[in-house]
Amino acid sequence: MSTASIAPVFSELAVGQGVGSRSITVTRQDLVKYAGASGDFNPIHWNEAFATGVGLPGVIAHGMFTMGAAVQLVTDWAGDPAAVVDFQTRFTKPVLVTDTTGTEEPGAVIEVSGSVGALDADAGTARVDLTVVSAGQKVLMKAQAVVRLA
Amino acid sequence: MTINPDLQGRSYPAAEVYDVGREKIREFARAVKASHPAHYDLEAARALGHSDLVAPPTFAIIVAQRADAQLIEDPESGIDFSRVVHADQRFVHHRPIFAGDRLVAELHVDGVRAMGGGAMITTRSEIFALTGDGADGPGASREAVSTTTSSILVRGEGQ
Repeated sequence: MSTASIAPVFSELAVGQGVGSRSITVTRQDLVKYAGASGDFNPIHWNEAFATGVGLPGVIAHGMFTMGAAVQLVTDWAGDPAAVVDFQTRFTKPVLVTDTTGTEEPGAVIEVSGSVGALDADAGTARVDLTVVSAGQKVLMKAQAVVRLA
Repeated sequence: MTINPDLQGRSYPAAEVYDVGREKIREFARAVKASHPAHYDLEAARALGHSDLVAPPTFAIIVAQRADAQLIEDPESGIDFSRVVHADQRFVHHRPIFAGDRLVAELHVDGVRAMGGGAMITTRSEIFALTGDGADGPGASREAVSTTTSSILVRGEGQ
């Protein structure tokens, strides 16, 4: 079985080159699934009254959901999830997820795009810088994934 | 309640073992909307030269947050979990995490600094895979897998 993409070759890359973009839809159910999968059951991610009670505008996505979903752009580009050797971000704005249960509408949309930010010939690695936006605001800053390439 | 400044420099030794299962990798991959076949299909993972299913790049957060819980639940820490905001996160992978790995995490509190009425706390989990026979024993050998670094902001009253 072959994988979905053809792996990029280090020598053919240039700083500034795009790695693509994707749009991720998020529902309250997605947050419940992430809570279960990760073990992070903080009620700010699934209970409206609790979230507003601690001063948030509503239920927000786990920062780690956003971080984890955003890196798939890099994983698919690299062709192998094991190629991601370093991945970091700052969480700057929450992703507010409205309750659209029972409809086909997403509760939030996260737009992810990436480009090659740096190349390290000695290490054979490329740093991919991600731009991650929801509701017109950058929700992650300094979202950088270092990928080891052949 | 205020954050205990003496937390800085504290370490929590590796506690329970986390067994990485194939279905957990698949469940976590679905939860972060990862579609790469190496998370789901053994043949696809092996075609890339891996011994078993490959965990997504942020999977180690499961193990790291279990380690963090030791600090957050420590009555001496003064941390109110409902006032915790995740500020930043980093994963450095020394090698990928595979299904079948038996992981342990050592937690280090690298930084505590007051911010307004709250505090920013930086923790680091050194995650190892236990290897060899009798892997649970104190003398078991272990292999460095990931270093995760996390900063949490504990909001003070009125923040």
